[in-house]
Amino acid sequence: MVPRPSLGLRARLLFAFALLCVVTAAAVAGGIYVQARNAILQRAQDAAVHAVTSRLEALYPLPSAAPGLAELDKIAAAAIDQNSFAVAVYREMHSPLGPPLGPPGGRWRPGPPVLDLGVISPELRQVVAGGRTAWQRVVVQGAPILIIGTPLLIVEQDRTTRVSGIEVYTARSLLPEQRSIDELAASVWLTGGAALAFAVVLALLATRGVLRPVRELGWAARLLGEGELRTRIAVRGSDELADVARTFNNTAAELERHVKQLREMEADARRFVADVSHELRTPLAALTAVADVLDEEAARLPEPAGRAARLVSQETLNLTGLVNDLIEISRFDSGVAALALNEIDVAELVRATLRVRGWSESVHTELPPGVTARLDPRRVDVILANLVGNALRHGEPPVSVRLSADPHWIALEVRDHGPGLEEAVLPHVFDRFYKASAARARSEGSGLGLAIARENARLHRGDLTVTNAPDGGAMFTLRLPRRAHDPDGGPE
Amino acid sequence: MTERAVKLGGVSRVLLIEDDPAVREGLELALTRHGHRVRAVESGEQGLDRLRTDLPDVVVLDLMLPGMDGFEVCRRIRAAGEVPIIMVTARGDDMDVVAGLEAGADDYVVKPVQPRVLEARIRAVLRRIGRDQAELERYGDLTIDRAGLVVANRGEPVSLAPTELRLLLELSGTPGRVHSRQQLLESVWEHGYFGDSRLVDACVQRLRAKIEDDSAAPVYVQTVRGFGYRFGPV
Repeated sequence: MVPRPSLGLRARLLFAFALLCVVTAAAVAGGIYVQARNAILQRAQDAAVHAVTSRLEALYPLPSAAPGLAELDKIAAAAIDQNSFAVAVYREMHSPLGPPLGPPGGRWRPGPPVLDLGVISPELRQVVAGGRTAWQRVVVQGAPILIIGTPLLIVEQDRTTRVSGIEVYTARSLLPEQRSIDELAASVWLTGGAALAFAVVLALLATRGVLRPVRELGWAARLLGEGELRTRIAVRGSDELADVARTFNNTAAELERHVKQLREMEADARRFVADVSHELRTPLAALTAVADVLDEEAARLPEPAGRAARLVSQETLNLTGLVNDLIEISRFDSGVAALALNEIDVAELVRATLRVRGWSESVHTELPPGVTARLDPRRVDVILANLVGNALRHGEPPVSVRLSADPHWIALEVRDHGPGLEEAVLPHVFDRFYKASAARARSEGSGLGLAIARENARLHRGDLTVTNAPDGGAMFTLRLPRRAHDPDGGPE
Repeated sequence: MTERAVKLGGVSRVLLIEDDPAVREGLELALTRHGHRVRAVESGEQGLDRLRTDLPDVVVLDLMLPGMDGFEVCRRIRAAGEVPIIMVTARGDDMDVVAGLEAGADDYVVKPVQPRVLEARIRAVLRRIGRDQAELERYGDLTIDRAGLVVANRGEPVSLAPTELRLLLELSGTPGRVHSRQQLLESVWEHGYFGDSRLVDACVQRLRAKIEDDSAAPVYVQTVRGFGYRFGPV
């Protein structure tokens, strides 16, 4: 697999799902939380303000416009209920900042001094001094407290009111509300977390649902690429992925059909060549039988009949060679070519090939003794004869054959010292009927020699390759396994 | 059979069985030019008739025949006597070669046949087998008379085709020595180095069937895996 530059599809889908879930949960839960919190606090405030005001109203009419400490104490006591603590302020006087009321260990435990006047912000005092009831939420030692400031007003005869200068500050703990809000927040977090977990599970299921077909598709595409043209995918449902699967199947079917058609055409073409070659064989057999007679009699025939006879004889031989090569290569194509393996001394084989064709003097050899291999000597002879023949005809001397071996392979290098082959020609030298130059349109060979040589090498599960030697000249390398695969077990 | 070849010296009688008239005529022409007396027939049935009346020295048999096929003809010729048979096969039809050799053919040529190649094959199978005045050789139950060219197993004469006899004489000439297939092809068949080693294998099989008690566990002609064959040790 090629390493991906970014996150996988699964991770991306998961991330998208989780993000979506978090954003939605945060929006919904956050909105509800804020509203609920405000509503809770508002209600608590309203109730507290209302309670304080109504208790203070019970004090009217005020006994005096300039109260003493005892009176302030009384006023403060009137403003208190079990959940709150109050202090009444008149100018520089104020009622005692007593210890917290309420049962110790109870719900209301403001730390002393609760109404240290510093806790009451100057802004609040200013507003209250202006004659209006006001409140403020403060946090004292980690506990939320609502401070309500109420001015006591004096009602004149003309029903107008003026500020008496007495201010009552009531502190009420918001701990119960805070607790409710905390519970609310906790349940919001819990619900959000559960939703996120649920969303992740859903996302996993969804990605698996999406990714499994994608993985199957990838797998099938790879198989198809490897030439397994019958690969198809099961189409499930009717979604986009099913469409993709269907398209893939149709494409694969088309591809298979085209390839089959091409193969059939190729097989037809090859069969045609094989059939033609076989049909040519019988008339050629008759021609070949008398070609020698014609050749031998040519000297006694008057010209131009003598030359004609020699030409017919020579061309009959060439035609025979061509037809034999065609038959040989069509046997490779149809897969009926078989190896006749034999334990061979390779150096001896090379020497025999050169000796039989009278090349022993013109070819330089490097043949270490004692290299044996299990080969089809006739086929190796065909390869070598072709390579050496080509080198002698088309290359420059010296032509050399070099044998090397390792425990599993033998290699035979055939090279000449001519200009070598053009780079453009190198990939094509083993093509059928490929001619390196138009000028050499018809050489001694059939045009199939190197193609047959390579087929022979591959039949041994070896190979035949060509390069240009660094110091000039074409170099063919024949590599053959020392133990060629032998399906029949061999004659021994 | 060998007597016949010896008697006739250079000139031999060739029975050519080939269905295609042009090929038949061409080969007849070429073989006649090489000094043979050729009788050319177009079917296996006619060939078997001529075998009895003409007593040929060698049969050249095309395997692709109408009517009775070449393998059957080959088997019947072999059953009738030890006349050497050279079969003509289509190029590289390996199954044909193997089946023909099993049917008793001594050698084969590939179509289209070059007359000089066929001539060399005919000369090789008709080659006079050298007689020497050696003692009768005994190997276990097998006796080889190099003077009379007679092979007997437990006193019973064994009828060997010329190639089989030549192979046995070649191997038993140096008991215990390993002969590679290439060496045997050159010495017995007069093929070059790149002859078809299946000729040797097929001939060894036929020879074993005639002289060994158990072809699967040969005593006289033994296989040396990876190298070739040797005679004995008995």
